[in-house]
Amino acid sequence: MADLFPTFTMEPAPQPDDVPVIELVGARKTYRTGSIEFEALRGIDLRIEQGEYVAVMGPSGSGKSTLMNIIGCLDTLTEGEYRLAGEDIEQLDEVDLAQIRNQRIGFVFQQFHLLPSLSSQRNVELPLMYREVPVAVRRDRAVAALQRVGLGDRTANRPGELSGGQQQRVAVARALVGEPALLLADEPTGNLDSASTDEVLGLLDELHAQGRTIVLITHELEVAQHARRIVWVRDGLIQSDEVIDR
Amino acid sequence: MSWLETLRTGWSAVRSHGLRSALTVLGILIGIAAVILTVGLGLGTQKDVSAQISSLGSNLLIVTPGSSTGTDGVRGGFGSAATLTRSDAEALGSTTNAPDVGAVAPEKTTSLSLEANDTNWTTSVTGTTPDWLDVRSRTLETGSFLTDADDTDRSKVVVLGSETATELFGTTRVVGQSITINDDDYQVIGVLAAQGASGSDDLDDVALVPLSTASEELVGGFSRNSVSTIYVQAASTDQLSAANQEVTNLLLNLHGITDADSADFTVSSQDALVSTATAVYRTLTVLLTGIAGLSLLVGGIGVMNIMLVSVTERTREIGLRKALGAPPWAIRRQFLVEASVLGLAGGVIGAALGILAAHVLPGLLDTSIVVSGAAVAGSVVVAVGIGLVFGVYPATRAARLTPIDALRSE
Repeated sequence: MADLFPTFTMEPAPQPDDVPVIELVGARKTYRTGSIEFEALRGIDLRIEQGEYVAVMGPSGSGKSTLMNIIGCLDTLTEGEYRLAGEDIEQLDEVDLAQIRNQRIGFVFQQFHLLPSLSSQRNVELPLMYREVPVAVRRDRAVAALQRVGLGDRTANRPGELSGGQQQRVAVARALVGEPALLLADEPTGNLDSASTDEVLGLLDELHAQGRTIVLITHELEVAQHARRIVWVRDGLIQSDEVIDR
Repeated sequence: MSWLETLRTGWSAVRSHGLRSALTVLGILIGIAAVILTVGLGLGTQKDVSAQISSLGSNLLIVTPGSSTGTDGVRGGFGSAATLTRSDAEALGSTTNAPDVGAVAPEKTTSLSLEANDTNWTTSVTGTTPDWLDVRSRTLETGSFLTDADDTDRSKVVVLGSETATELFGTTRVVGQSITINDDDYQVIGVLAAQGASGSDDLDDVALVPLSTASEELVGGFSRNSVSTIYVQAASTDQLSAANQEVTNLLLNLHGITDADSADFTVSSQDALVSTATAVYRTLTVLLTGIAGLSLLVGGIGVMNIMLVSVTERTREIGLRKALGAPPWAIRRQFLVEASVLGLAGGVIGAALGILAAHVLPGLLDTSIVVSGAAVAGSVVVAVGIGLVFGVYPATRAARLTPIDALRSE
């Protein structure tokens, strides 16, 4: 597939092989509402290597959303260490975190979060806009990313003109366009019918086969079983961490 | 994200809520147009007033009786305010006494009824000397003006203003006709060309007779030698202040006054009159512009209101942009640009409307409106500034949103 777009490789940015993509050590997160404290994460150790396809599962209130926010650099730990592709996240301020998100992480959300007034191509360009990539390069990369997810003929359409599955594929293209170290998908199929679910999960399988590191947060076992490793979270702790044999 | 792109994003955000943006722009627009119009009206009135004062003549000093400098109540010599005399005027006309004075025209004005055939017309009858025509920068429409011989002979001749002639005879071709003043017949020897400008009607409603005739035949009595005003024309513009000095010193001398503060006359220059009059209008302009500025402030609050709505509405968009790596300053800049686009649109349209009104209104209201480039440029800048200032708070609020909360909002 990558041969079709020789100008812009859609492979992950090269990294030293021995650095894990995610390394959490004794991660704790405490929320404070007035005098009430709530421990969402109570000491999590997690290591995810390059090229892994990991599903994080758990019932609601288990802390998996908090874990996702931490992994996605949308929130910071109260205690513990987090290194993303070798970079120590705990030392960074808001502006640096924004840059890390922009360069290292590709998000796929349950609600797609596409901007309704922009064409799919312009939506896909968004991460590059905050990276000062020249307009022409940006456009070419966005088109390539859309072709990669099979929507090369929908570049000019707005999200409202696309099906749910297509919208989520645009979102995946947006996550890929910046060539991040990590693809972070939060319930990517939560708003999709079964046909679209298969479509999106198939796409993730393909990306994994090409060597992408993917973390999938879900509460559906059926979805999680596409991953090669399932991490169960309960009450802010990792309950089990198993590799699925195929 | 480049400035151009930020601008384009701002513009499309403004356009995507057409009506809402239009109403917000309207608030700014009205304020800007009002400021341009009030400033223009103020400048126009100042111009009108100085034009009217200039129409009295050029390089003029106006000497009037009585003192306006005393702080201890009414001042004045014998005959209360009638302190200027014909001989004062003659002394001022002498080139040895006052070399910088070009010409002098005393006026002795009294209100009288003129009769012609079976109509009558009450107007100000002014006794003066032949130099009046030059000093007051007037011209004759027909006939001739008063001569020195008329003055010496106390001739019963009269030069009418165009309006006076029309009121009495229905025409200005009245040279050779006769009118009656105080039961004496006066021959009309000339008619003044109309001064034209509206608002200066009185300049065309006059009857001029030789000064001696006015003194002896029309006024007589105790105040026969006094004059009501002496118009002094400096020989040139450069000599105006020298002439002012000479006139003041000479009159102080003639009146035997040593202290200039207790002078029984006032010498005012046209400049002084103009600046007094314009000062009044300037104050008015500042006041009105302040009120117009208030409407700009209200417009600015409108911008702030709509920007707050916009931030709330687009919380999810902000969250997404932040998740994708937009730093807080990029978000702030986006909303600031959006607010300034509103301000700029209001400023430009308001300026255009103000300029249009400035061209249309004078025809309807009979006033001048001067559109000043500085006021137009200034108000557009102010409009953008208002957008910026009132956009700061909403933009900062947007920039401070945390991506998690923003993404979760419904």
